[in-house]
Amino acid sequence: MKAHTAALRKNGGGWRRCLMTSRPQLVLALLACAAVGMLSRAAYLQLFHKDFLQDQGSDRYMRVLEVPALRGMIVDRHGDPLAVSSPVDSVWADPGTVLEHRQRLPALARLLGLDSAELLARLEENRTRQFLYLRKQMEPDAASRVMALGVPGVHLERGYRRFYPTAEVMSHLLGFTDIDDRGQEGLELAYDQVLRGTPGAKRVLKDRYNRIVEDVESISQPQSGQTLTLSIDRRIQYLAYKALKEAVLEHRASAGTALVLDVTSGEILAMVNQPAGNPNNREQRQGQLLRNRAVTDVFEPGSTFKPFVVALGLEAGTIRPNTPIDTRPGFMPVGRNTVRDIHNYGLLDVTRVITKSSNVGVAKIALALPPERLWDLYRRLGVGSRTALGFAGEQAGFLSHHKGWGAFEYATHSFGYGLSVTAVQLAQAYMVLATDGVRRPLTLLKREAPPAEEMRVLSPQTARQVRTMMETVVSREGTALKAAVPGYRVAGKTGTARKIIAGRYSSDHHMAVFAGMAPASQPRLVMVIMIDDPQGEAYYGGLVAAPVFSQVMAGALRLLNVNPDGQLAGTLELAASPKVKP
Amino acid sequence: MTLTKIIGLIVCALLATGLGLVHSKHQSRKLFQELQTLQVRRDDLEIEWTQLQLEQSTLATESVVDQAARTRLNMVIPDPATVVYITR
Repeated sequence: MKAHTAALRKNGGGWRRCLMTSRPQLVLALLACAAVGMLSRAAYLQLFHKDFLQDQGSDRYMRVLEVPALRGMIVDRHGDPLAVSSPVDSVWADPGTVLEHRQRLPALARLLGLDSAELLARLEENRTRQFLYLRKQMEPDAASRVMALGVPGVHLERGYRRFYPTAEVMSHLLGFTDIDDRGQEGLELAYDQVLRGTPGAKRVLKDRYNRIVEDVESISQPQSGQTLTLSIDRRIQYLAYKALKEAVLEHRASAGTALVLDVTSGEILAMVNQPAGNPNNREQRQGQLLRNRAVTDVFEPGSTFKPFVVALGLEAGTIRPNTPIDTRPGFMPVGRNTVRDIHNYGLLDVTRVITKSSNVGVAKIALALPPERLWDLYRRLGVGSRTALGFAGEQAGFLSHHKGWGAFEYATHSFGYGLSVTAVQLAQAYMVLATDGVRRPLTLLKREAPPAEEMRVLSPQTARQVRTMMETVVSREGTALKAAVPGYRVAGKTGTARKIIAGRYSSDHHMAVFAGMAPASQPRLVMVIMIDDPQGEAYYGGLVAAPVFSQVMAGALRLLNVNPDGQLAGTLELAASPKVKP
Repeated sequence: MTLTKIIGLIVCALLATGLGLVHSKHQSRKLFQELQTLQVRRDDLEIEWTQLQLEQSTLATESVVDQAARTRLNMVIPDPATVVYITR
């Protein structure tokens, strides 16, 4: 037993002794293991998962908020605002929190301009969500009254809304923006990149109720959009709009368009359309009301293109202003068809062919020349090529190749049928006559210097001669006496084109057109007026469109301080002895 | 220089940079706050400016001016026959 015990003690004693002496080491070793494990895990997390974990942590309380950028203004050539972004506040709520205070809902609904029961229903429906717009785009004053109620869970979000102070006068040109202030139509869309700013971002601390506790840092500053300066003169635009609207109403027309160009720079000073809608009113943002007909609608220019045929004859040397042209008996067989005048004008000279707008006379001048020359002239005037103003839906017009023209097609092309142009293209072609034969690119943006790229289309002498002939149109003998502007010489041409309805020329649907320029001695402004389908007694360009020209031109020339070149009622010479000359 | 001295120096330097960091962080927060208030003020002024511009251009629309000139001030565009041009 003793031996047994001794043996046991020897064995067990050694084991126990071993245990006794090494226990601290063992504990230490285990602790060390744990420490190493924890450290290495910590190091591992710190080194390899730091970003992920930190982001996860921050996500619980840090938020990156977008700082909205202000959209650039659109201003007219004098800096008057045409489209301005102004801040508006959207009211949003955390439905769960608001529903805990439902006794305050009626007051809230009243200030929001909503129905109390409806508001409650909407909140109930979305109670599991944390974000619900109660009302978008309120005036900042009204929104701050809502916040003054202090209903928990109701918050504001700052945004911007676009306002158009000129309302429908400019609507076709400017277009509009959507609820997020992005361009949807017109220039707002075409120049969206310029107008739109870059939103900034900032980091904030938020609490459980989504309130901002602290602005931590700015990540990027918002960049406001640039101001877009148009070539439009707001005053002339208004004059043109008013005159066009009156004409469209008076003649019960379905639509109309008018534009005014500055000859010296190729800038568009006014571009107006009817019908029009107010872009500040969302219901009136319809394609029908906001379509910019000056660039999207094509029509056959009709008689307004006759001066170019005369110009071609003058350039070719086949005619001179006083060359006699026999238009008797008022019609002329060409190919298998007949070219007709309204009356038998008898024996005319070239000038009076323009004055009277004789189809037969113009066709005779054209038929003496090869068709490709007319085609080439029309091409160089810009027919069939897009005017690059930047609008979506801008039309190029249509001009078929001269190889497909028979004799009769050639004749119809000479008096403006068979091809189509937009009002802008017609104005562009007329500007060639006004600039003594040079074609300048048009623009809707303000130009600081005259454009560099110019193209000579006609010789200066031809352009002047044609202008002199076109002055006779605006006379008692001509077709557009109503286009006369007191004190100024006016050169222009009327056009009355039959509309094509169901593939045939209609006899009771017309386009009344007038295109002209003033002062004729050295033109400063070109204006085109197109009135679509006048339903009154009068439908001729000279009776419907020409009065608009006179009214707008008189005002525009006065606004631009253009020296009169016509017959004046009286002049007073300063240096000499003051006396009134008749 | 003994090791203790070096360690002491490093500890002091560490303390100093630590305090410096706290200070600069505090400064940056303070400046950021100030920036925020100034930005809010600038935004408010900008808002007022756009609203005033809007108001002005709405009140002085050509049609309003036209109306006022014709009806309230009884202004007319003179008849061309009565206009005398002064030339040199």
